[in-house]
Amino acid sequence: MNALVERHVALVGNPNCGKTALFNLLTGSRQKVANYAGVTVERKEGRFVAPSGRTVRVLDLPGAYSLQAASLDEAITFDVISGRRADELAPELLVCVVDATNLRLHLRFVLELLALGKPTIVAVNLMDVARRRGIEIDLPRLQQELGVPVVDTVAVKHGGAQALIDLLDRQELPRLPPISVSVDLHQRVRTLLAAAVRMPTQTARIDDALDRWLLHPVAGLLTLAVIMFLIFQAVYAWATPLMDLIDAGTAAIGEWVAARLPEGPLAGLLVDGIIAGTGGVIVFLPQILILFAFILALEESGYLPRAAFLLDRMMSSAGLSGRSFIPLLSSFACAIPGIMATRSIQDPRDRLATILVAPLMTCSARLPVYALLIAAFIPQQTVWGLFNLQGLVLFGLYFAAVLSALLVAWVMKQWRRGSDEHPLMLELPSYRLPHWRDLLIGLWERAVIFLKRVGGIILASTVLLWFLLNFPAAPADATGPAIDYSFAGRIGHAMAVVFAPLGFTWQICIALIPGLAAREVAVASLATVYAVAAVDEEAAAEALGSLISSDWSLATALSLLVWYIYAPMCLSTLATIKRETNSLRQMGFATAYLFGLAYVASLITYQLASRLT
Amino acid sequence: MRLDSLPLGQSAVVVSVEDRPQVGSTDVIARRLRELGFVPGEPVRLAAWGPIGADPLLIQIGFTRFALRRSEAARVVVSPQAESAA
Repeated sequence: MNALVERHVALVGNPNCGKTALFNLLTGSRQKVANYAGVTVERKEGRFVAPSGRTVRVLDLPGAYSLQAASLDEAITFDVISGRRADELAPELLVCVVDATNLRLHLRFVLELLALGKPTIVAVNLMDVARRRGIEIDLPRLQQELGVPVVDTVAVKHGGAQALIDLLDRQELPRLPPISVSVDLHQRVRTLLAAAVRMPTQTARIDDALDRWLLHPVAGLLTLAVIMFLIFQAVYAWATPLMDLIDAGTAAIGEWVAARLPEGPLAGLLVDGIIAGTGGVIVFLPQILILFAFILALEESGYLPRAAFLLDRMMSSAGLSGRSFIPLLSSFACAIPGIMATRSIQDPRDRLATILVAPLMTCSARLPVYALLIAAFIPQQTVWGLFNLQGLVLFGLYFAAVLSALLVAWVMKQWRRGSDEHPLMLELPSYRLPHWRDLLIGLWERAVIFLKRVGGIILASTVLLWFLLNFPAAPADATGPAIDYSFAGRIGHAMAVVFAPLGFTWQICIALIPGLAAREVAVASLATVYAVAAVDEEAAAEALGSLISSDWSLATALSLLVWYIYAPMCLSTLATIKRETNSLRQMGFATAYLFGLAYVASLITYQLASRLT
Repeated sequence: MRLDSLPLGQSAVVVSVEDRPQVGSTDVIARRLRELGFVPGEPVRLAAWGPIGADPLLIQIGFTRFALRRSEAARVVVSPQAESAA
């Protein structure tokens, strides 16, 4: 009976020690990812059943260099270990993970942890890499010197954590010898290394060779540009067949349901609203997953910190940091994971600046809007015998977004001028081949986060729009289209007054309301609005693209395109900003400045374009 | 000599890490540098620098590589060593 008591273990270690890979190996897919209450630090918990039948609960604590916290992540790690968080049971046993190839840095943290006096096991990870580099570690000697159990692990190998699992499965917890805290930790590390480790060279030759190329002022930047280019090519090229498949599937389900339901508002809600709306969002899943597959692989391989190194000076002159590069790149798929990725930025002001400009990056949800408007209004022609005009406009939209983000970040930097410096102090870990297990688990987490968004917000907004469009019903003696009598029609006409200087019609204004929930919804909404507003069946059947190209002026289309560069038409993004900054004020600020920019930029665009055309 | 004025590829040994005067608190950056291993006697090497304005610096210390901005590296006082056999 006693053997079945659940054991509660926490993995602790420096960043880049392979801790999460070890966590994945131990717990597999039995993981729960959430946030620590009140803060934005990710909490990862998993469990596994040891050979004796004992359940072991494993907490993967955020990586830390020291217990003297310099970031939110490190503060959480310290608070959990020392039992200061009310919502988290203090772990009974610490598994301190160290990188066998980087013991000088990691052992110092081990000594700091041992001084806490909690039961501890030291897991020397990446032993395979160390062996390949000719590093010899005398584990029994290390164990003797440290006074706690020391085991070797290979997180990327099946069964690579067997020794650790056996230790965790033991009945009694390892006892700690008394340790004097006053010793100079670095001096102690040197003694330990001299006693237990033999080291041939300082670093791996392959790291030196790769860094010479990848960090080269010219070759390095060129390689980075090529990698970025390939990623975006892959995101669009590889995703297309999958997206077509999802589109076809959604249409088939819609038809199947429509054939089985009596015609009426309910069928409309189900088919045009819920099924089409959900499908319209799931369609972005392939793009998001492909982008994240690349980002995760680059992160695992150790390349992303190199990219941050190359770009730090450029980004810091705009008021950001090299670390902002990763979150901003992710924001091109979707601002939500991008904003979540800002957790790796330690400086709170750099982090805030990155969060505030992330919604400006052209996320994939803008693409349906851009695609619809560009196809309808920009002629398919070749410019300067080389470029496709439609492609140029799309590029211009991306470019304007990046430029605006840099400008906004720069303005915010001027605002808070005079504050003290922001540290970079970024570790560039050894290059590693990413492991498929870690990639798959990472992708799975991203997919779940994205799909949850579909479930809630999109569904709610679709139902709301359906309600606004269909109630109240037109009176029996109505002369105009039914939409004029509905809530949506009235709201649209009222909003049109404010948006007239931007060239927006009242139909656009109506579509903007549900479009607040998510940008891509606007396309479906426009289709719905035009379908409901149509006086006869024939007009409703016409494709949305040709409908709007005859109904709107070019100036209106351009103005709407520019609106979508800036407007924070995505409730999920705003909710994420609120959650990540833990501040309604910051969310309000982001909303206000983005809408403000959108209004002004669209106003200028429309006024200029309507005079020129 | 300070770490930020070390020539490219040059090895050196850390002499000390100096605190920048801070208003009302300790210099967190200097403390973190010491925690990362910038302690007296530790060998360091300037491995590379960033493409624009030679910033940030890539410092090899022990088995670890850190990207430090110039202002961060300037806190570390070093004494250059003759090139050892790598």
